[in-house]
Amino acid sequence: MSNQILEAAPAAPTTWQRIKDSHLWHSFSRDRVAQFSLAVFLSFVVMALFAPAIAPFDPYDVSQIDILDSEIPPSWNEDEGDARFWLGTDAQGRDLWSTILYGTRTSLLIGLAAVALQALLGICMGLMAGYFGGRIDSLLMRLADVQLSFSTMMVAIVVLAVFQATFGTELYQELAMFMLIMVIGIAEWPQYARTIRASVLAEKKKEYVDAARVMGLRSPRIMFRHILPNTLSPILVISTVQVANAIISEASLSFLGLGMPVSEPSLGSLISSGFEYIFSGSWWITVIPGAVLISLVLVMNLLGDWLRDVLNPKLYKG
Amino acid sequence: MIAFLIKRFFQAVVVMFVISLISFSIQDNLGDPLRELVGQSVSEEERQALRDEMGLNDPFLVQYARFATNALQGDLGTSYFFKEPALDVILNKLPATLELVIGATLIIVLVSVPTGVYSAIKPNSFFSRAVMGISIVGISVPVFLTAIGLIYLFSIELGWMPSYGRGETVPVFGSWETGFVTGDGLAHLVLPCFTLASIMLPLFIRLIRAEMMEVLQSEYVKFAWAKGISPTRIYFLHALKNTMLPVITVGGVQIGTMVAYTILTETVFQWPGMGFLFLEAVNRVDTPLIVAYLIVVGAIFVITNTLVDLIYGLVNPTVKLAGK
Repeated sequence: MSNQILEAAPAAPTTWQRIKDSHLWHSFSRDRVAQFSLAVFLSFVVMALFAPAIAPFDPYDVSQIDILDSEIPPSWNEDEGDARFWLGTDAQGRDLWSTILYGTRTSLLIGLAAVALQALLGICMGLMAGYFGGRIDSLLMRLADVQLSFSTMMVAIVVLAVFQATFGTELYQELAMFMLIMVIGIAEWPQYARTIRASVLAEKKKEYVDAARVMGLRSPRIMFRHILPNTLSPILVISTVQVANAIISEASLSFLGLGMPVSEPSLGSLISSGFEYIFSGSWWITVIPGAVLISLVLVMNLLGDWLRDVLNPKLYKG
Repeated sequence: MIAFLIKRFFQAVVVMFVISLISFSIQDNLGDPLRELVGQSVSEEERQALRDEMGLNDPFLVQYARFATNALQGDLGTSYFFKEPALDVILNKLPATLELVIGATLIIVLVSVPTGVYSAIKPNSFFSRAVMGISIVGISVPVFLTAIGLIYLFSIELGWMPSYGRGETVPVFGSWETGFVTGDGLAHLVLPCFTLASIMLPLFIRLIRAEMMEVLQSEYVKFAWAKGISPTRIYFLHALKNTMLPVITVGGVQIGTMVAYTILTETVFQWPGMGFLFLEAVNRVDTPLIVAYLIVVGAIFVITNTLVDLIYGLVNPTVKLAGK
């Protein structure tokens, strides 16, 4: 993604020059929305990475929580606000700002890990389907069709629900993060597989692939070292959107009580725990994490949109 | 066409078989039917005798065959909680969920077609830009937040709309009770339907817009312009027809997605439908009910997907060639 480019920049001046001349940079330096989105996204990432350093309290540490502090409104507008908790506290008396920081960290971690798993599975399947063709292709693509016809959400809800019923709630809560990553990761591989396959079909016909084959290179080498690098731009485009989707899925599952437990909340379970109190007027427990979640997903979608316009994989393939 | 039909039908049967296999293995591993029947007081030998009698010690395949035969006859076991046949419990809740989906579909069609077409015809107008901007925000808002937002605004702050339940319903035939004919029922439908529609609206508006823009570039539309046909005829008769082809396919797949999202919508609005029932069943470890839900929803997915493929085959003649 473009943040990788920014990080790589100071290291090698020649690379920097190449980046500055690239189409991607050219478009980025002129697109205010993309710049703003990237800035917001990076600040979320920094907040998530350094959550333990930034947060004034540790929301996982029970000894720091006092139930008497529960449901204190944000400090700015009300008389009941408390200077210690500038965003207020939730129903358990946790500082909302700290909990949101840790929640963002959890949500981002699950989103990125799940998409990494999707990409790994999808790229392997897509490369195989596209490169070998024939029976393997039709089998894998049928599988992808069937899996896509059941929505991810449905599959995830059912699988997690069954696991929760089998393990019992307590054991399940310990495994929640791992399960979420596995389920969201496995459920969406067809998205990658289809995109990769389409690109591979286009690349396969090109001369460099023939050349590699004539040189006697083995199929895995041709697939991963020669074809894969040429299919990177569609991968880049869907990855951004997929991370946003994975974060939404995680939040929805947690909201249903099938995801992260309230003791280690992600943004979704935080919203879920606040929803019970919205009717009694404690809006901030729901609204503030909700706003954070929406802006996180929104900037990623905006970045994805921008990338799609710039890289335009549809034209690129042609 | 026949070959296409048979192929599709065959695929549907295979998928249903896999779903039943998965459902059965869930039933097999989740909970102990004996405990539900006899409780703790029965001795171990009696338990073993009962197990043999009920066939719980039979090989997996024998048990599956028995399960499948019963399932085909409409017997999916008895819900532990309701003490009624699980299939009946599910089917009683089906109308509530279906009405939610129908209401949402109506909203989607009525809103997305005009806005999509308009923003394709006038891509640079203020309205089109606003629609595209709003739609990307719409994609980014999770459905439960939409629901919470609507409840907070319209039920708590303004007090215009009821926030939970189905309201007054009227029996139509059998166990189907509808909320479409009473004012109270309709009022209860508004917020959940809008919530459910909000997931799909951005997608459909963008899809219709993109397809329509592509169609408007095509030769036959240019020819129609040259011929001097009125703009209304070109937009709504010639162009819209070809725009709707991909929309039908996506729409069919999305019906399945909507059924999944009814679980979320029903949870927030306490809507007494299948999805709400399913989550309750999960919390109570009511295995027969979970299995019945899986089979019913699986069947809905398979049937809608097959139907959409068939309709698509009928509308678009080129598919038939691909099916052979």
